Amino acid sequence: MDVRLSPEQQALRDSAARVVGELGPRTVAQLDDAARAARLEAAVAAAGWREVRTAGDDGMPCASAVEAAIVAEELGRGLADAAFLGPTLAAELRRLAGVPTSTSIETVALVPGLGALAAGSGGRLSEAAVAIDAAGSRSALVLVRAGEGCHVAEVALPDAQVRVDLTRPSVALDSRLTVATLGQKARMLSGEDLERWTALGLALTCADLVGAMRGALELAREYASVRRQFGVAVGSFQAVQHMLADAFVAMEGSRSVALHAAWAVGALSPHDALAAAAVAKAYCARAARSVCETAIQVHGGIGNTWDCLAHVYLRRALLSSDVLGGAGPSLTRVLEHHGIQGAS
Amino acid sequence: MDFGDSPAETAFRRRLREWLGTNNPGLPASSTDDAYWAGQARWHRSLYDAGFFGMSWPKEIGGQGLPSVYEVIVDEELAAAGAPPRPSVGYLVQGILEHGNDDIKQRFLPGIVNGRDRWCQGFSEPDAGSDLASLLTRAERDGDDYVINGRKIWTSYSDDADWCLLLARTDPLVAKHRGLSVFALPMRQPGVEQRPLRMINGITKEFGEVLFDGARVPAGNMIGKPGEGWALAMTIVSHEREPGELGYVARYKKVVKELTRRVRSEPSRFGPEQVRDLGWAIVEAEMLRLHVCRRLSDRLDGISHGPEGSVDKLLMTYAEQAVGHAALAIGGAAHDGGDDTGLKVYLYSRAQSVMGGTSQIQRNLVARRILGMPS
Repeated sequence: MDVRLSPEQQALRDSAARVVGELGPRTVAQLDDAARAARLEAAVAAAGWREVRTAGDDGMPCASAVEAAIVAEELGRGLADAAFLGPTLAAELRRLAGVPTSTSIETVALVPGLGALAAGSGGRLSEAAVAIDAAGSRSALVLVRAGEGCHVAEVALPDAQVRVDLTRPSVALDSRLTVATLGQKARMLSGEDLERWTALGLALTCADLVGAMRGALELAREYASVRRQFGVAVGSFQAVQHMLADAFVAMEGSRSVALHAAWAVGALSPHDALAAAAVAKAYCARAARSVCETAIQVHGGIGNTWDCLAHVYLRRALLSSDVLGGAGPSLTRVLEHHGIQGAS
Repeated sequence: MDFGDSPAETAFRRRLREWLGTNNPGLPASSTDDAYWAGQARWHRSLYDAGFFGMSWPKEIGGQGLPSVYEVIVDEELAAAGAPPRPSVGYLVQGILEHGNDDIKQRFLPGIVNGRDRWCQGFSEPDAGSDLASLLTRAERDGDDYVINGRKIWTSYSDDADWCLLLARTDPLVAKHRGLSVFALPMRQPGVEQRPLRMINGITKEFGEVLFDGARVPAGNMIGKPGEGWALAMTIVSHEREPGELGYVARYKKVVKELTRRVRSEPSRFGPEQVRDLGWAIVEAEMLRLHVCRRLSDRLDGISHGPEGSVDKLLMTYAEQAVGHAALAIGGAAHDGGDDTGLKVYLYSRAQSVMGGTSQIQRNLVARRILGMPS
């Protein structure tokens, strides 16, 4: 066992941090700077990060989920408003189904609460759905159940709109929309394929949450050092210090479980990978909400205004938490893995 | 980046698992039953003799000279087998390794590692808890000895101890942090009086009060130089804050495993709130295991002990107290006079946010020394 990042993984982390540091939004106003967002999108496209889970010649992904998680964490930390989570999960579905990589950006559509992949039947969506992280995507992948397994199918997308998460727009999909299965050569996905896919999705959202926690905490720490009341920096007050210390500790614990979840995707059985991911998601989702709330509180009145970045972190965390299940559903999964059913 | 076992680690794990199959003493938990202490010394020696103790310590003192990650494997396998955790003496070993001279190391470390000698740690006093440096116990030179007068409290395992790692004031005239020194004091002598303390869960072996009335310790038993006591104490408490050093992961996992077994065997007895508490205990205990893996891997880079120990201590505290809440939720408060193990585990868990430095002190350290907040 040696859970340190390899030199190549450290280089990947540094390069992702550099791109987001230079081109990501540093203020709420910069979220509306289309030229900046286009430069970030071009940089993310050029880096090839969205293709890490596409199939190589042997059908295996180009890089492990650890590499994907390293990118996800840095994008979360820098509030990157370029698509990554959705396209990476779509690429994984195509890889598992054995169909060629999409030539344009595509994402995935989830059920309205975001807890699972959306499903279709009879050529249409079974119910309303939401395509997440849909910036630049013209289509989204869903499942079509067929006997014991599932086919992957696609649905065309109208333009995405900014909703809860100001950095990752989504598309609400009407249940009447038509879905088309992906080619004749597509393999059926087994239950194990879907477990593996879900484990990847949970691991990537955990990494994004760790990144959001780091970013929110840095923002709050900086503010506590410069904001003065009673003639001193508010960061000198023990009440404020203890909130920030708790946030830091929650982030560090989250980091440990998130790293393990990312490793487990490729190293453990699908069943055990999903269990590791559920432990991580329960922990990270609970921690992220608390850390982002702390960031808002430390900013005081300013933290409750639209122009403070603190709520942008919280909003991003709310989306990442809900994708494939937040603290509650993940805890239920953890208990089921330990043979305890029906916990809610 | 690999949480998995190397071939050597796999072989070690298999050997340990086989050994535990026939050598698990089945002791009750130290936190809930004084009977644990009657068997602890034998358990320590049994682990040591089989080569499963002191995995990461130098071979010269009886350790195995392996990377720290072997400690995690030991903890995982002890928990899986439902065996008692490994005795927590790592902080003593690290403190003496870092501050003792060759004579001290040779005389004391092998006995600590092989379990022949039992030790306690005499730091806190009735008027010196979080403000440890204000302690009043005096050590005055008298010929070749120092004479000790004072009172220590919250002294873990004091009534079983052969030796005390004693922090005392050797120079009352200098600033409070600078006048302290550390001694290896023999406990079995006339000037030492024991008073066991009863903890809120009823156990009496965990903590004691020790009165020193003219107790003597040879000057050659001073560990480090005169006045080095504060630095040594800080080395020790930083190790005492590390779950990897303490082996508590095994203790938490053992409780969680037992609670899970109970819920699985009679699911209809437990409501959603109780089961949720168990779920969080599972998550927290697993988090701590993985966090220890990360910290021990960092040590492969030679990263030494700094304020990160306070982060680890807080995470360990949250884990222990989540396990305590689950033990209370699933085990119940035993109002009917039935099995009160769950209640005892819960009550014991409240001490974790105090011992080894309160959670409030740890937050001060994280805020000031890691986050750089002004004081």
